[in-house]
Amino acid sequence: MSSGVSELQALADSVVGLAKSGEQIEAYVSRGGETSVRVYEGEVEHFVSAQSEGIGIRIIKDGRTGFAYAGTLEADAVAEVLAQARDNVQFGTLDEWAGLAEPDGVAQIPQKFWDEDLANFPTDQKISITKELEKLTLAADARVRAEQSNYEDGWGETAVSTTTGIRESGRGNSCYVSVATLADDGDEAQTGFGFSVGDSPKEFDLNKAAREAADRATRLLGATKPASKKVTIVLDPYVTSQFVSILSSALNGESLAKGRSLFADRLNQQVADARFTLVDDPTNELAYTATDIDGEGLAARRNVLIENGVLKKFVHSSYSARRMNTQSTGNAVRGGFAGSPGVGCLAMQVQPGNKTQAELIAAIDDGVLIQDVSGMHSGVNTISGDFSTGASGIVIKNGTLGSPIREFTIASTLQKMLLNIVDLGNDIDWLPMRSVGLSLVISDIMMSGS
Amino acid sequence: MAKTQNSEPLVAPDVLERVLAKGRSTGAEFAEVYIEDKRSTSAGLDDGKVEQVTSGRDRGAGIRVVSGETTGFAHTSDLSERGLLAAAEAAAMAAKQGGGGVNKVQLGSMLRHSVNNIKISPDGVEKSRKVELLKRADAAARAVNSAIVQVSAGYGDSLRRILIANSNGVLSADDQVRTLLRVSVVATGDGGMQTGYDSLGHTIGFEMFDENDVEELAIRAAKQAVTKLSARPAPSGSMPVVIKRGSGGVLFHEACGHGLEADLVGKSASVYRGKMGELVASPLVTLIDDGTMTAEWGAIGVDDEGHPSQRNTLIKDGVLTDYMWDYLRARKEGRVQSGNGRRQSYQHLPMVRMTNTFVLNGKEDPDDIVRDTKHGVYIAKLGGGQVDTASGDFVFGMTEAYLIENGEITEPLREGNLIGNGPEVLKDIDLLGNDFAMGNPGMCGKDGQGVPVGDGQPTLRVKSLTIGGTAA
Repeated sequence: MSSGVSELQALADSVVGLAKSGEQIEAYVSRGGETSVRVYEGEVEHFVSAQSEGIGIRIIKDGRTGFAYAGTLEADAVAEVLAQARDNVQFGTLDEWAGLAEPDGVAQIPQKFWDEDLANFPTDQKISITKELEKLTLAADARVRAEQSNYEDGWGETAVSTTTGIRESGRGNSCYVSVATLADDGDEAQTGFGFSVGDSPKEFDLNKAAREAADRATRLLGATKPASKKVTIVLDPYVTSQFVSILSSALNGESLAKGRSLFADRLNQQVADARFTLVDDPTNELAYTATDIDGEGLAARRNVLIENGVLKKFVHSSYSARRMNTQSTGNAVRGGFAGSPGVGCLAMQVQPGNKTQAELIAAIDDGVLIQDVSGMHSGVNTISGDFSTGASGIVIKNGTLGSPIREFTIASTLQKMLLNIVDLGNDIDWLPMRSVGLSLVISDIMMSGS
Repeated sequence: MAKTQNSEPLVAPDVLERVLAKGRSTGAEFAEVYIEDKRSTSAGLDDGKVEQVTSGRDRGAGIRVVSGETTGFAHTSDLSERGLLAAAEAAAMAAKQGGGGVNKVQLGSMLRHSVNNIKISPDGVEKSRKVELLKRADAAARAVNSAIVQVSAGYGDSLRRILIANSNGVLSADDQVRTLLRVSVVATGDGGMQTGYDSLGHTIGFEMFDENDVEELAIRAAKQAVTKLSARPAPSGSMPVVIKRGSGGVLFHEACGHGLEADLVGKSASVYRGKMGELVASPLVTLIDDGTMTAEWGAIGVDDEGHPSQRNTLIKDGVLTDYMWDYLRARKEGRVQSGNGRRQSYQHLPMVRMTNTFVLNGKEDPDDIVRDTKHGVYIAKLGGGQVDTASGDFVFGMTEAYLIENGEITEPLREGNLIGNGPEVLKDIDLLGNDFAMGNPGMCGKDGQGVPVGDGQPTLRVKSLTIGGTAA
């Protein structure tokens, strides 16, 4: 344990030590920092170097919950947060299931979250990498401009302590580079992006990021609006990742308990094509969002959610588990010190198929390769299941890629899309997102255009 | 903009002067200190229970140093002089220029630009009264129909005190009070579940609830969910779309608002680049961005660079008349900024952002607009949206919509996105109503930062938009 982490744990312990009779207290303390470099036309546009810290305190008494936080660890502020959380308890409604997690004996699976190379990486090299990425991007294609080239890294330390015996801490760091591109053809401009992630900058593949950013933008030049019709779509790995991520709320045990899951009453039933197996596995080190503990301090674990198309499990925090008379699956999630835990999937993984994307495309007579979607937040309702997003992509005709299309939508329902999965790619891509990416083929999608 | 109970500056001007001088000590031409102290209270009700009341405190300083084209930025939660000087040094190093620095900065007198009066500061209101609003919303929504199976409601207020000083002598302060209530409802029927949502948010205090009825809001959300139980799949393809007053401002926010932000224009990442003085919309359209709009969700006294908010005409009778500007982009073009430099918090750099963006009234009777439409879609409530400013392609969601058949609003439709291209859609606005209204409070995301924005429009028709439904 680093000295910073043990200091945070001591602070969390000291807050928990102030519990009065009948009170459950959880103290979540974190501290972190970031470096952000943006380059434009060969110059550093901005360089951000920042640190932040904060504490969130949750108190439960007689079935009522109160919470408060502050973005500082100064002693007077911490005392005020504790007092506010305590004051807030009286306004909660009595909830017989309210409570903190208790240690459940499930062992953590050790993983590496801290990289010394990254921690010691020199600042001037962060800048030169960002400049290099811009240069490579511009060199990739004469029609391409770079709107921004970015380097980002961050580190964080957290500690959580509770009166119920949870006492966990850890630290981690991460970094990535990204580039946003514009490709011009006369008056027309299309956009693209590329990125690379690594434990340290030494693992970046700048050439791949530059190539992808240039390809994404130029591929869409000259794109037209298609006519409306039913099609089979191939979701690019990046799009599949977004599609799979939205399933998290339907698989959420708290949504289930509160009657908001479209999978209610479907346990052990066929909800997807038999080729589709979905697990949540934050213990897999390859996953970008891998973790050893969940938001309540319980060990993160592997959970099979949909197996061969059959719904096997909902994910739970200790609260939703108590409500549903089951055990926590280690799926409490929290967005830092300013929020109390909710429920969600941590690192979603789809079992891959055995074809390359090219092989999947070769099997389609009339379809569209979906390169990008927009409006996932505005046109997808995870309660009703209605699915509609803006899209851009490439026409598939008789097994080969044709011309680019844009300004159209793809629509169906989540329920139908899962059942209409036709095939899966073997092209697993561990994207910096909550879900893995791979090519996914779905039939019977309504494409709306002119 | 609130009449504040505490007019003491968050940090003394002489300390700010020393911090700014430190910021320029490595030769940078501009330094800025942004101090924020924000207190917030929120409460959530779900499943019939008040789950939790949350109190929050965010306090710190962001220091920006600009040298040539490079901006250095650092932030700290330590507001002592020592903490501020350390952050200023970090920002100066980040902007890193050699040479002789500045050792003296003199601030002007304090600017306070009040656009609004707060009658009842929320921090003086008992938390029990805030929680009571949620219980009332829950009861009102559930009473609408037995098909209502779930209700969640949220209350939030924030008092955000900001102080901005820069090496040009600017010294500005603002107290921004915002109050919000939202209600989400789930109804269930033979065809599965449907949802309804409504919200109320203003840049005022607890007096918002004297002027607005919580029950009405909850009932609207509940009725929306119940109505959608009998909704048929939305159509697929292009057709005329009528958008109800006060529900479709997000169309302009996405179709052209973002594209008129000078940072995107400056990098030629906007489809509106080089179009100044040209016809970019139907001559019916006059588009305004107005940060001074009293009580509206995007109202601010000064922007997050200390510049007073103002009313800016962006499109006049269809002709592009101006972009929106922050300090850096205005400096580069040798013009004045427009009060659009905003940031999420002291931990973020400012950039060009909208405030309250809206289209002025036209002449048509809104009923005539529907009557004049033989076949199309009527949208009573829009959801969020997203835009690619370079191509101009944008989407926005419809959360409550109906078919128009032979000039009449008929069956409800299921949810979906609509897609269009900004410049084309603006030109395709062929009817504009005389019934202007502002819409729901919005949170606009750009480059990872969220800021509160408002929007509004009268009832209008777009000749052709693509509806992303499933029905052929």
